[in-house]
Amino acid sequence: MNTKNEKKRFLEIGGVQTVIASLICIILGLLVGYIVLLCINPAGAWDAMTSILKNFLYFPRPEVALEYFGSTLAKTAPLLMCTLSILFAYKVGLFNIGSSGQYAVGAGLALYLALAYQMPWYVCMIAAMIGGGLLGGIAGILKAYLNVNEVIAGIMLNWISLYSVNMLLTNVKESSTTYTMALKTNSPDALIPSLGLDKLFSDNRYVTIAIPLAVIIAILVWVVMSKTKLGYELKATGLNKNAAKYAGMKEKRNMILTMVIAGCLAGLGAAFLYLSGIEQWSCAQTAVPAMGFNGIAAAFLGGLNPIGSIFSAFFIQHITSGGSYVDKMVYCAQISDLISAIIIYFCGFVLFFKYCMNRKAKK
Amino acid sequence: MALLLQYTLIYASVLMLVALGGCFSERSGVINLGLEGTMVIGALGGALVMKYMGDLPAALMILAVVLGSVIFGMIYSLLLAVSAINFKADQTLVGTAMNLLGTAAATVIVKAINMGENVNNVSSSIQYIDQRKAFSAFKIGNFEVSWFMILAVILLIVAHVVLYKTRFGLRLRACGEHPQAADSVGINVYKMRYAGVLISGFFGGLGGIVYITAGVSEWKFENGVAGFGFLALAVMIFGQWEPKLIGLAALLFGLFRALSNVYSGFDILEALNIPSAVYNMLPYIISLVVLALFSRNSRAPKAEGIPYDKGQR
Repeated sequence: MNTKNEKKRFLEIGGVQTVIASLICIILGLLVGYIVLLCINPAGAWDAMTSILKNFLYFPRPEVALEYFGSTLAKTAPLLMCTLSILFAYKVGLFNIGSSGQYAVGAGLALYLALAYQMPWYVCMIAAMIGGGLLGGIAGILKAYLNVNEVIAGIMLNWISLYSVNMLLTNVKESSTTYTMALKTNSPDALIPSLGLDKLFSDNRYVTIAIPLAVIIAILVWVVMSKTKLGYELKATGLNKNAAKYAGMKEKRNMILTMVIAGCLAGLGAAFLYLSGIEQWSCAQTAVPAMGFNGIAAAFLGGLNPIGSIFSAFFIQHITSGGSYVDKMVYCAQISDLISAIIIYFCGFVLFFKYCMNRKAKK
Repeated sequence: MALLLQYTLIYASVLMLVALGGCFSERSGVINLGLEGTMVIGALGGALVMKYMGDLPAALMILAVVLGSVIFGMIYSLLLAVSAINFKADQTLVGTAMNLLGTAAATVIVKAINMGENVNNVSSSIQYIDQRKAFSAFKIGNFEVSWFMILAVILLIVAHVVLYKTRFGLRLRACGEHPQAADSVGINVYKMRYAGVLISGFFGGLGGIVYITAGVSEWKFENGVAGFGFLALAVMIFGQWEPKLIGLAALLFGLFRALSNVYSGFDILEALNIPSAVYNMLPYIISLVVLALFSRNSRAPKAEGIPYDKGQR
């Protein structure tokens, strides 16, 4: 009897339910992904699945594995920022699908200032933040004052920013390719310093202070959301903006402020990626950066909790990077996009999973 | 000039079809943000039919292509119907997932097919050069009328009649305005919403195939449909959720989309020397402006986006 009571309580704790629900989403996503792999080619499906899940462990030598672990972490930092951007807006009742565009604008400004004016990294980073914030602000103003659905406005802004950034960065691209010039040779000051962190990951120079910084920002977001007056006001606005207005809060200002902060987070994420030098922007890009969309997956998988999203962002980046290790003769790397899309889809059922758990706990 | 008119009409057909899909879904009370993904999957269905049944006689092939895309679109929209209607999922989230899933799934499937035929072919494109010729109905000078334009006009009329002149339409609209009231007079809200979402899958899938056959003879599925599903939602809002107005709104948006394809043919526009990226951005900028002007007094269905709960008053 006693143990049964404890079991009840265990299942009724909110955090436990969230973790279980997220794990169910992951398992279902992987399962459906595995079935798709089986349909394409039954022989290599298991190997492909394990290489996606192994990612950097694919390399048997520990030093090499450690180096690629560093690269995965370097890409997790920007993803975590996009995740926080979406999560922050969602807490206030806004779906920031525009984080991809804010991310693109951040990348554009950071790279342009770095390559055209040789600005140091902190200037580029702040510019990326401001750029993303402004774009977020536009969506916020449109929503607050003109009642424009923020999802549709966000998508439109995504495409507008993609084309604008391509246009801007064409000025600083390599003459022979479509990629922007390498930061290492053209503007070394713009590279984010690593302060010795690279030594921990077999001298992987892409491991920079961006990674600890992203974790600190995640904790800051948690503090702001749950421990401050501002966070309380923002959440109240998200729950019921009329009630918030009635209670004397400036609900319109709150909505715009939220989108600005969300935009800043996404823009900063882009700076974290492109100023580490791990990737160059392709000016012929015809698709909106996937980072913002993967952020949606990570945000919901992390149970919409800033601390949870540190882990979920790592997981999503882990399988996305792992996608590049599948056997290219049989499958394509997009299989991991497919798996994360399926995971997002199942995240829609989280409420239902929790309902089932509550019913089971009450029995 | 004929080319501009032709592209305007074909893009307007796409936008109108997809916007009508969104209209039926929202009128029944479900926001369908997954139209973009539905278009991709519908396009995939049609393209596969063209690939494997390309040697059918023209009339039969058109029918098969339309059927293929419509069936794919409807099946795909079931993902939204099941989660939003039965499981009360967040419709924005599920719609977004469907958009990502549509592009990813289409890419994986097409690449698997291409690689199955030739190991070195890792592209995500399907070609349909000869098959596409069957879609042109007749020509007036340089102006080519496509069967799809004719189909789009017929469907617009059908949509208007169904929504405003039939019992089914009245019931559908009731479920989007006040589902509790509809339920109290014996209308099955769940069934009506399923119907609304499935119809939107029908239109979304059809719009997808019309879009990829509009200007080109091969489609790279990795690129999805470049935000067209969302442009269609802007058309729907601008058209105030009414088929007649949606038709007009689609013409306006189609014109701006067509400009980016054919601006180099006009001496005046060419002389302005505006980079092509600006023309690419144009439809999105216009839709933002239009949304900003017309969203304030929008007459959206009152119950859209709210899962129906029988127990709620």
